[in-house]
Amino acid sequence: MELITNDKDKITWHLACRAEDVPEDGGACALIEGRQIAIFNFTRRNEWYATDNQCPHRQQMALARGMIGSQLDEPKVACPFHKKTFSLRDGSCLSGDAYRIETYPVRVKEGLVYVGL
Amino acid sequence: MKTSKRNRVVVVGNGMVSYKFCEKLIAKTNGSVEFSVTVFGEEPRAAYDRVHLSAFFSGQTADDLALASTEWYQENGIQLHLSDPVVAIDRERQEVRSHHGHIVPYDYLVLATGSGAFVPPVAGVEKEGVFVYRTIEDLELIQAHARKARRGAVLGGGLLGLEAAKALLDLGLDEAHVVEFAPRLMPRQIDAAGSEVLQRQLEALGLHIHLSKSTQQIVGTESIEALQFTDGTSLDVDMLVISAGIRPRDELAKAAGLATHPRGGIVVDDFLQTSDPAIFAVGECALAHQMIYGLVAPGYEMAEVVASRLCGQEKAFAPFDMSTKLKLIGVDVASFGDPLAEEPGCRTIRYENRAKGIYKRVNVSADGKELLGGILVGDAEQYNMLLQTCKNKMVLPPNPEDLILGTRGGEEAATGGVLGLPDDALICSCEAVTKAMICQEVTERGYTSVEDIKKANKACTGCGGCTPLVKDLIVGTMKQQGVYVRNVICEHFAYSRQELLDLTKMNNLRTYNEVLDAFGHGDGCETCKPLVASVLASLWNENVLEKGRATVQDSNDRFLANIQKGGTYSVVPRIPGGEITPDKLIVIGEVAKRYGLYTKITGGQRIDLFGAHVSDLPRIWEELIAAGFESGHAYGKALRTVKSCVGSTWCRFGVQDSVSFAIEVEDRYKGIRSPHKLKSAVSGCIRECAEAQSKDFGIIATEKGWNLYVCGNGGSKPQHAQLLATDVDKETCIRLIDRFLMFYIKTADPLTRTATWLNKMEGGMRYLKAVVVDDVLGIGEELEREMQGLITAFKCEWKEVVENPELRKRFTHFVNVPEVKDPTVDFAEMRGQKRAKEWA
Repeated sequence: MELITNDKDKITWHLACRAEDVPEDGGACALIEGRQIAIFNFTRRNEWYATDNQCPHRQQMALARGMIGSQLDEPKVACPFHKKTFSLRDGSCLSGDAYRIETYPVRVKEGLVYVGL
Repeated sequence: MKTSKRNRVVVVGNGMVSYKFCEKLIAKTNGSVEFSVTVFGEEPRAAYDRVHLSAFFSGQTADDLALASTEWYQENGIQLHLSDPVVAIDRERQEVRSHHGHIVPYDYLVLATGSGAFVPPVAGVEKEGVFVYRTIEDLELIQAHARKARRGAVLGGGLLGLEAAKALLDLGLDEAHVVEFAPRLMPRQIDAAGSEVLQRQLEALGLHIHLSKSTQQIVGTESIEALQFTDGTSLDVDMLVISAGIRPRDELAKAAGLATHPRGGIVVDDFLQTSDPAIFAVGECALAHQMIYGLVAPGYEMAEVVASRLCGQEKAFAPFDMSTKLKLIGVDVASFGDPLAEEPGCRTIRYENRAKGIYKRVNVSADGKELLGGILVGDAEQYNMLLQTCKNKMVLPPNPEDLILGTRGGEEAATGGVLGLPDDALICSCEAVTKAMICQEVTERGYTSVEDIKKANKACTGCGGCTPLVKDLIVGTMKQQGVYVRNVICEHFAYSRQELLDLTKMNNLRTYNEVLDAFGHGDGCETCKPLVASVLASLWNENVLEKGRATVQDSNDRFLANIQKGGTYSVVPRIPGGEITPDKLIVIGEVAKRYGLYTKITGGQRIDLFGAHVSDLPRIWEELIAAGFESGHAYGKALRTVKSCVGSTWCRFGVQDSVSFAIEVEDRYKGIRSPHKLKSAVSGCIRECAEAQSKDFGIIATEKGWNLYVCGNGGSKPQHAQLLATDVDKETCIRLIDRFLMFYIKTADPLTRTATWLNKMEGGMRYLKAVVVDDVLGIGEELEREMQGLITAFKCEWKEVVENPELRKRFTHFVNVPEVKDPTVDFAEMRGQKRAKEWA
C-alpha cells in the first residue's frame, strides 16, 4: 500500500482504491491497515467522504452499503440495518442517538482515492 | 458552596418520586444553585424505574431500569447518600440523622419514603422461599431461589400481583399460580365479567388462577412446601411471592410526631404539607385527600407541586385521576373514571367477545348525557378517547354503544373525533399539555409533525401514550384550517407517491437523478431514494441495478438478497406454487453445502438459504440459474410467493387444479415492483388449505370456477381478504388481478400493504369493486395494458447480474481486496447448522 505522509498535520494518506471502484452517489468499503473504512463518492455534490464502516448501533460492518443523501444541507449516510443516519461531515448521529462514527479526510488524485488516517 | 438560610432541602428516600422532585426543582431553578439539596436513600442504587421492575426478568439489567446515575446527582450539585436511610428527624432543631450518623440541617424536609409490601399476618411468612416484590434486591433474591424452584405462586391478584406472576413465567418455572382472596382479579380496577375474560387470557398463557382463596398458613419445615387455605384445600409450591398490597412507609414520620393515619400514610393537606409546615410528604407515603395514590403519575404531580411551592409558585395537588391502561403479560387492561359504577345512578353497556378475549364496559349517567367510567380488557385502543370523553364530560352520541363498538360504517369517531374535545382537555398528562396548546402550535407556528410538537411543549415525551391523539389533533387542525393534508414523501419531494409516479410517467424519466432534478431538490435520502426506485421499477421494469439505480435501492434490493444479522445475506430461489422436482431440491442442497448456508423452509413454501457472504452471491446464483432457478424477489417490494395446496391433482376433495393455477399466477406477476410486498395463494377447494384469504390476493376454487379475494393480510394486524368476484373463469380472474394490482401500484402510499390501502380508501370495498370489476372510471383496459407491459419486460435480474461483469464486480465486501471476506462475520452452531452471532 502506498503511503504519503503529511508531516504538517500528522495525517498519513493511504491509497484506498480507484475512483471508479466506488459507485456514483454510493459507497464502498476498503481494508486499510486492518481497518474497515467506508468511502463515499457523493457525485451529486462532487464530494468524497470516508467514515468507519461499522455502525455503532449494532456494531455491524455495513455503512458502506448504506444509502447516502442530505438532511437540509448536511450530507449523510443511512445504515442499511436499521436506518440510523450519520453526518458524513462530522460523524454525529442525525437520528438522535448519543453515539457517533469517525470520519476521515479523502483526496482524489489522478483517478486514485486516498484516505487520511 | 455558599448557601444562605431558608434553602436547604433534605429529601428522605430515593425512589421514582424523589428523583422526579429533584429533576423538577433543578429545572425550575434553571441551573443556578439556589437550593442545596441532600438526598438519603435506603437502597444501594440511585432511583430506578420500579414500574417496569418485571422487565428485570425479561433481560433488562438494573442499569436499564436506572432513572438517573449518581453522576447526574453530582453534576447537579445534589448530595446523594445511598444505603443510608434517615433514622430520626429532630423537628425542633430542623435536622435529620442518618443511619451512618450524618446530621444534616434542613429548611424544608421532603418525605418520599414510598411504601413497602403489605405482608398479611399468615403463619409461616418467615419461611425460606417466601418473598416480597418491591426492590431490585427482592428480585435478585427471587431470581436466585427460582433456579432451584419448580412451582411458584403469587399471593395477590391485583395489578402488582399479576406483574409478579409475569416475572415467575419469565423465570421459567414449570408452574406459576396466582392466589387471590377476592372473587376476581384486579378487584379495584375491573368487574367480575372483565376478570373472567382476563383470567381466560392469562390461563391461555400458562398461569393458574385461584380466586376466593384465603390463605391460612404457609406449610413447610424450613422452606415453603405448600399453601394451606381456609377452605381445606392446599397448593404445593416451593416458592411464594407476596404482592397483596402496599403499606406506606410512615414510621419515621410517626416517630417524629407528625400526623399519620391509623391505617398508614402521612397526612398532608392540598399543598402536601404535613402537620409540620416545614415538612412535605410526596408519593406513596403520603395520604392526600384521604387516600394513598399508588400510581406513579400522581406521585410525579406531587413532586411538581412541592417543587413549585419551594420556588414560590402557588400550586395545589388536585384529586388525581386514577385511570390506567397497561399491558399485563401481553393483555391490554384499562379502567377509567368510575369503572365499577352501579345502577341506579348509572346505566352500563357491556360488550363481550369470548372468542377474541375482549370485554368492554362503559358506565353512562342515568340521563344518558355523560360517561362516568368504564373497563376495557383485551383491546384498549379506544382508551384515550374514552378517557377524554369521561374527563371532559363531553356530550355522548345518541347511541352511546358507538363508544365501544364504533359507528359501524362511518369513519369519524363516535364523539365527533378529537376536535370535539374542549380546549382545556388534558391530552398529555405527563407534561400537562392541553388540546389548545397543541392546536395553537399548529395554527400559529405552522408545526405539523409530532416531532415539532415534542420540541415545542414536551407533549408525548413522557410515556408516549398520547402520541396517536396528538397526531390526530395535528391532522384535524390542519384540515380545519383548509390545509390540504397530503402525505408528501420527504424534505426532497413535496409530492405524494401517486403524484410522483404520474409525473415520472408523463415525463418518461428513467433514473433517480432525472426525477430528483425535475421534481425534487437537495440530494435525496433513505426515504425518497427507494421510493423513486420502486416507482421507476413499477413503471418501466428495467433492471434495478443499472443506470445508477443500484445506490438508490434499499438495503436488500441493492444486493438482490436479504441482509441479515451480522452482515451476511439470505438467498431465496423462486419455487412457483411450492412445486419442486427432486433434482432441483438436490441442487439447493448442494449449493447450501458448498457455501456453508443454513437452510430453512419458509412460510411461503420456499427454501431460504442463510449466511451467504456478499462476494459469494453471484457464484451461488450462477449455480442456481444453471439448474433452472430464478430470483425469488424475497428482497424486493414485489410478488413473493403464490402458495398452493395440492388441489385436484392428488387431493380427494380438490375441485380444481390449484397448483397449476398458482404456478401460472406466480409466473405472470413475478418481479413486478409494488409499493409493498405482495403475497398470494390458490386453494383447490373450500377447505382453503393454502390460506388464500390471508393474502393480498387469494384465489379459491369452486365447483364452477374461482372466487377471487383481495386485500388480506397476515402479520401484526391480520385481516381477512374480501370477496371481489365469484365463480369466474381463469381468464376473467387474471384480468381482474391485473387491474387490481396495477390500480394498487399506481395509487397506494409507499410501504402500504393492500389491506391498509383498502382501509384508507374512501368508499372502501364498494369503490374498489366499482373500479376493478365494473370499470366505472373507464381505466380497466389501460390498467391491463400497463400490466402486460410489465409482464413482457420481465427478466430475471440475478441472471443479468451473473452475466454482466460490471454489475457483478459490485458484489464484494472490500473494494481494494475483493477476494477477502468480511473478517468480522461470525457464526454460532445450532442443531447441526450455523446461525448468526447475536447482536453485540
